[in-house]
Amino acid sequence: MTPQTADDNFEIPPPEAIGHERGSLTRIVQELVFTVDHKKLGLMYIASGLLFFVVAGLMASLIRIQLAVPRNNFLEPDVFNRLFTMHGTAMVFFVGMPMLFGFANYLIPLMVGARDMAFPRLNAFGFWVFFFSGLLLFFSYLGAPGLYAAGSAPDVGWFAYSPLTAKAFSRGHSTDYWTLSILLGGIGSIATSINIIVTALCLRCKGMILGRMPLFVWIYLVVAFLIIIAIPPLSACQIMLILDRYFGAHFFDTQAGGSAVLWQHFFWIFGHPEVYILMLPGFAIASEVIPVFSRKPIFGYPVMVAASVLIAFISLGVWAHHMFAVGMTSIGNTFFAISTLLVAVPTGIKIFNWIGTMYGGKLRFELPMLFCLAFLFQFLIAGLTGVMLGVAPFDWQLTDSYFVVAHFHYVLIGGLLFTIFSGIYYWYPKALGKMPNFKLGLLHFLLFMAGFHITFFPQHISGFLGMPRRIYTYDAGRGWDLWNLISSLGVILQAAGILFFVINLIYSYVKGGKAGDDPWDAWTLEWAASSPPPDYNFETLPEVRSRRPLWDLKHPDDPDWKYE
Amino acid sequence: MFQPLSRQAEMIHSASLVVLAITAGIFIVVSLLLVYVVWKFRRKGPEDDLKEPPQIYGSTHIELAWTVVPIIIVLVLILVTSRTIGEIQNRKMPPNAVEIRLIGHQWWWEVRYEKEGIVTANELHVPVSQRTGEGMRPTQIFLESADVIHSFWVPQLAGKTDLVPNKKNQTWIEPFAKGTFFGNCAEYCGTQHANMLLRVVVEDPEDYEKWVQTMKQPPAAPQTGLAAQGHKAFFENSCINCHTVDGTIAGGVYGPDLSKLMTRQTIGAGVAPLTPETLRAWVRDPQTLKTGCFMPDMKLLDSEVDAITAYLLTLK
Amino acid sequence: MTAAPAQSLEWKLPSARKVAVISLILTESSLFTIFLVAYLFYMGKSLNGPYPSEVLAFPLLATIALLSSSVTIVFSEMALHRGNKAAFHVWWAITIGLGTYFLWFTGMEWKHLIFTENLTLATNVFGTTFYALVGLHASHVIIGLLLLTLVFVLSLLGKVAGDHREHIEMISWYWHFVDAIWIVVVTVVYLISTRY
Repeated sequence: MTPQTADDNFEIPPPEAIGHERGSLTRIVQELVFTVDHKKLGLMYIASGLLFFVVAGLMASLIRIQLAVPRNNFLEPDVFNRLFTMHGTAMVFFVGMPMLFGFANYLIPLMVGARDMAFPRLNAFGFWVFFFSGLLLFFSYLGAPGLYAAGSAPDVGWFAYSPLTAKAFSRGHSTDYWTLSILLGGIGSIATSINIIVTALCLRCKGMILGRMPLFVWIYLVVAFLIIIAIPPLSACQIMLILDRYFGAHFFDTQAGGSAVLWQHFFWIFGHPEVYILMLPGFAIASEVIPVFSRKPIFGYPVMVAASVLIAFISLGVWAHHMFAVGMTSIGNTFFAISTLLVAVPTGIKIFNWIGTMYGGKLRFELPMLFCLAFLFQFLIAGLTGVMLGVAPFDWQLTDSYFVVAHFHYVLIGGLLFTIFSGIYYWYPKALGKMPNFKLGLLHFLLFMAGFHITFFPQHISGFLGMPRRIYTYDAGRGWDLWNLISSLGVILQAAGILFFVINLIYSYVKGGKAGDDPWDAWTLEWAASSPPPDYNFETLPEVRSRRPLWDLKHPDDPDWKYE
Repeated sequence: MFQPLSRQAEMIHSASLVVLAITAGIFIVVSLLLVYVVWKFRRKGPEDDLKEPPQIYGSTHIELAWTVVPIIIVLVLILVTSRTIGEIQNRKMPPNAVEIRLIGHQWWWEVRYEKEGIVTANELHVPVSQRTGEGMRPTQIFLESADVIHSFWVPQLAGKTDLVPNKKNQTWIEPFAKGTFFGNCAEYCGTQHANMLLRVVVEDPEDYEKWVQTMKQPPAAPQTGLAAQGHKAFFENSCINCHTVDGTIAGGVYGPDLSKLMTRQTIGAGVAPLTPETLRAWVRDPQTLKTGCFMPDMKLLDSEVDAITAYLLTLK
Repeated sequence: MTAAPAQSLEWKLPSARKVAVISLILTESSLFTIFLVAYLFYMGKSLNGPYPSEVLAFPLLATIALLSSSVTIVFSEMALHRGNKAAFHVWWAITIGLGTYFLWFTGMEWKHLIFTENLTLATNVFGTTFYALVGLHASHVIIGLLLLTLVFVLSLLGKVAGDHREHIEMISWYWHFVDAIWIVVVTVVYLISTRY
């Protein structure tokens, strides 16, 4: 190529020369850093989520080693406290959130028949802000010693109740790392969510009215709205905390008439919707996988949409059920108990509709379906323990005990992580063009499921027996020893399961059979693109007449649009 | 919590049995349904791939049914919940109720019987209560915190109530059986959250009165021997800045009141049983027993450690 | 992508910019709500003075200035719509002036509060919540002013074309939002809380 600017000595190098030839390391790094392609960003979200997942998972393993036997001296109390804080923070903000954004990024443009997200550069911005806020959090291990080396990683718990976070009780800079990384991460989340909303509303292909949008996109639309409403309270209370710690403000300073409970209200106004922000994407994946492997359309599409909206709506009014023990009036407690129990109704509808989808179908037990079936069963347990926790008097006994730990791990692992695995296996052929290995996947599934139940089911019991959460050690003879030992042993199986998962990801990429464009015989638009899809996704933008455009294509004699 | 031994724990217990029964019922029905559907409609062979099953898009009647049934169940749960909340939170205390102020510190409990003028730590003594009639004597506990949030929880006696700085909370217990009941701080409160243990000693009313009388007597200052040397060393070192001993100039409020130290069962808020050996180890260097606690290693000479331990052993 | 007969219906989608700005306004409202709630929650809970009733005076001129800037920006837009570039510039400049006056007024008010009344962020919970809330609003005014100035400069350079009309409309939406928030803030801070 000839230089384009002849008037000075500066020559624009031809495109090939910038990053050397394709496949070299610099070229790959360049592609990753400069890309605004929703598919690459989506995979980067998922990959970095997996990276943080492994780190935070190893932290959890250390925690379980310490708790395996009473009065164990494996970890110092401060080290333990940092581990559970980092584990919780990382899993919620830097594993759960990027995973959900990864799926959104990769799939929503494909599903609505668009070439990219609405704002590709904002999309890249969102990813990098998230990624560096995650690094900032982990950097606290190195960077936070601060005043008299009094701190390292944050040790205030993932919901960081004030006034434990005040300067007086949290010296050094560890809490500042926590605050700043979450504040930053929140900005990235809001940017990406606005992008999701705009993409879903403004980039749909011809004919895709809202009532024909795949359920996956619908649920993500709800999630994105929930994020832009729920994350600002989190950002607000982080800003307040920074003002308190650095400028002597008194938002949470109990010595100056401030309120310690205010933090809890603000945090949980974010924190409870956050649970649904994480869980609804799981529903979204299940709502795509279950119909395809049952060979039937989703049962009660309008009701599923309505239930998602209703869950999001109610979830904004239930926050104080995390605070039943804080000394609210009986009227306050009753109100929040009622609103909490009401969430059970739309959630129940969803479970029944998934079962309704399978009823009368021909179920194919491929990897994605196996994970989804386990999800249904585990989420049922999680939902029911959630009902127990919603009953305020019962909660007075159970809150802040290992029962709660068991409950939310059933939600986030049994519910969310299983659907994420399902989603990864389901869209793996689309994203990489290779079929995942079934045998390795089955090993992953069996080992991980067994390990998960062995680890977390006994925690319900130790909670019933009075074991509070976040204790670094305990005395023998209070009935907790056996349950803790079993719980710790389960970790080995889980770790083995994850190992097979990682092996499978790599092995299938190298040796897996070639996947066609539509290996599962599915119905949504992403399967109309090639595998992996080209940068522009579709050669010509598609046009749809029903919720299952590919069904219409495959069954011209009996298309969906006749019935909708 | 499934062996409730007090009125409040029993109320919670009976409500939770209802909830457990309902949720167990739902679990059995739904998971059986799930298993049935998965088994019945599994792919039976390659011939199943030839033809797609009938495409059903939904059914208003069925969906209405599984909306209404959960709503009814939720209504039942709501009624149970509101009733129990009201009964527990709005319970009026009789005038003879024992009153205790429980103040949370990082990482120990300050226990004050203001009416009786008793101050101790990490151990509540309360009389056993009768279910009805004259002998009914609940204990009301006022909960406060000196620093961060803690939470009171003795599973067999009562559910949790937090100790929040700048907020006055209260709860009550009404044990029906004698014995020693264990509790932990149930809200993460920093380094030694795990070793912030509480015991509740439930006694016959007569034994409780006897305990009250003992606690009211200030300890006698030892006149001779090692204990007397220890007494002197105690007042010459900075012990008195943080600890109180009744009837002396030691009036510190930062650490636990030591006036009746030897009436307690444990040391360091339950980190170890209180014996001459553990006491000596604690005086030597508290950080070896309870890493991170706010009592520093005083760097005492061995002779001083022995003497102060001997003195502390007389505090009963 | 469909085997069905071609559709005759016209395919219209909402404008991406509008949806994005509405989402942004929604998320900002959520942020302001929390700071407002904090202010309301701590009303009358300061342990020591100065109290709102002693030091706050209703910012009448600033309020009028900010609210009327919402009107002038509409005039400006209408001028652009008619293709009257000169009128657009004049009204746009007036809008910037009114916003700048508001910001200047806030600065003066803070100077008075800090140096004369000794009220800072660290004085009491009133100071904490007051500066946080009003400061949050002022920071949005600053962002708004930066955007307005950017458009003004670009327009003077002749870089604002007809197809930028929607961009300008979006900035004016944001500006209306900042004004609307001020109505809430001024009511809560200068009318309701001065009872304490």
